[in-house]
Amino acid sequence: MADYYEQKDLADFANIGEYAPALGEKYFAYYGEAMKDGALSAREKALIALAVATTQKCPYCIDAYTNQCLSLGVSQEEMMEAVHVGSAMVAGIVLAHSTQMRKIIKKKEM
Amino acid sequence: MTSVFPSFEEKAAGQLAAAGIEIFQINLGYRCNLECRHCHVEAGPHRRELMSRPVMAMCLEVLQRHPIPTIDITGGTPEMHPDFPRFLEKCAALGRRLLVRTNGVILLEEEYASFLDLYTQHKVEVVVSFPHVELKMTNRQRGEGVYSRLIEVLLLLNERGYGQTGSGLVLNLVHNPSGAYLPGLQHSLENHYRQALREKHGIAFNQLFCITNMPIGRYLAYLQQTDNYEDYMMALVNAFNPATLESVMCKSTLSVGWDGKLYDCDFNQMLGLTVNHGAPEHIDTFDLARLANRRVVTGNHCYGCTAGAGSSCRGEIA
Repeated sequence: MADYYEQKDLADFANIGEYAPALGEKYFAYYGEAMKDGALSAREKALIALAVATTQKCPYCIDAYTNQCLSLGVSQEEMMEAVHVGSAMVAGIVLAHSTQMRKIIKKKEM
Repeated sequence: MTSVFPSFEEKAAGQLAAAGIEIFQINLGYRCNLECRHCHVEAGPHRRELMSRPVMAMCLEVLQRHPIPTIDITGGTPEMHPDFPRFLEKCAALGRRLLVRTNGVILLEEEYASFLDLYTQHKVEVVVSFPHVELKMTNRQRGEGVYSRLIEVLLLLNERGYGQTGSGLVLNLVHNPSGAYLPGLQHSLENHYRQALREKHGIAFNQLFCITNMPIGRYLAYLQQTDNYEDYMMALVNAFNPATLESVMCKSTLSVGWDGKLYDCDFNQMLGLTVNHGAPEHIDTFDLARLANRRVVTGNHCYGCTAGAGSSCRGEIA
């Protein structure tokens, strides 16, 4: 367990194509296209990525996209608001699932 | 300190050589009325290093003899050199592309305000350090109140036509990261700056140069004091981009120190690494033929210019 999630392993992300280079290459081409300036700016995309990184609790992605946001001049306030968007979405998703619970309660209770 | 990363020479897989001198960069001295936390020069009001008149004369003589296309004047902030107005006029008379790297805020001081007109009159390209469009970030990096004073200066420059389309008066800004991270892509940051400065203050500028902070001088001290040095160096090493080796600024720049010593770049100047490998080391023995193709003196700080899209005094290079 002690070796899981080492900070230096972030640099190994470039090697994820190992053992499946063709797929790795396709993934990186796709990743590059998805993240570059388009209808959304690279800055906006970095904020979306940061929100996803925190909701998915990926320490590598949080490291990478906090740095990316800093590099693109994103303010602390903007970053924290993006995290709150992720947080509110996750809370909403949890609460939306209470629909199942409430439906069952209504069906089962006398 | 033991290095945990490969040496630059190893990573670059070979020697780096200059390919002519396009930019003659003159450092007039280390005096400045600010003490920015990212400053590799460690410039400040207490610094006494100033270029002497004989060295200035030698610089002009070299420029007269050789048609080097760009004269790039830096410091400290050049305005604090007492002979700068006369020197600037002589440089302007040479008819080359002439640019001055100023801290910006000095131009609000009564004693130095005349430089606004002098720059305009000689169509000097003005390069102003403007690290962040957030007030608190710029102030944290460059000192309390600097952001507001910079805004005031940029508006004065805009009023004179600087940064305005068709004026021929070029105003470029410099972005340096406000912490232990690398700059983002220049076009993204430039778009962000352009929109923010226009919307918040009605300011226009020509280009934004993104410059990676070099792990030397005051910035190195900051990295070490905040336990960021190893991580920062690893970030630079991991972002090493061999494509930048084709256009790193040492290939086309010669840096002249305040004392007339010659360097491959302003960073080597701060490290005391004069040009080497047989090229003349002082302006009084300037020899274009021997300097134009000199072998560059490199070190691990060179990772700063070769990370990601690369970095130079003109921003990104790859």
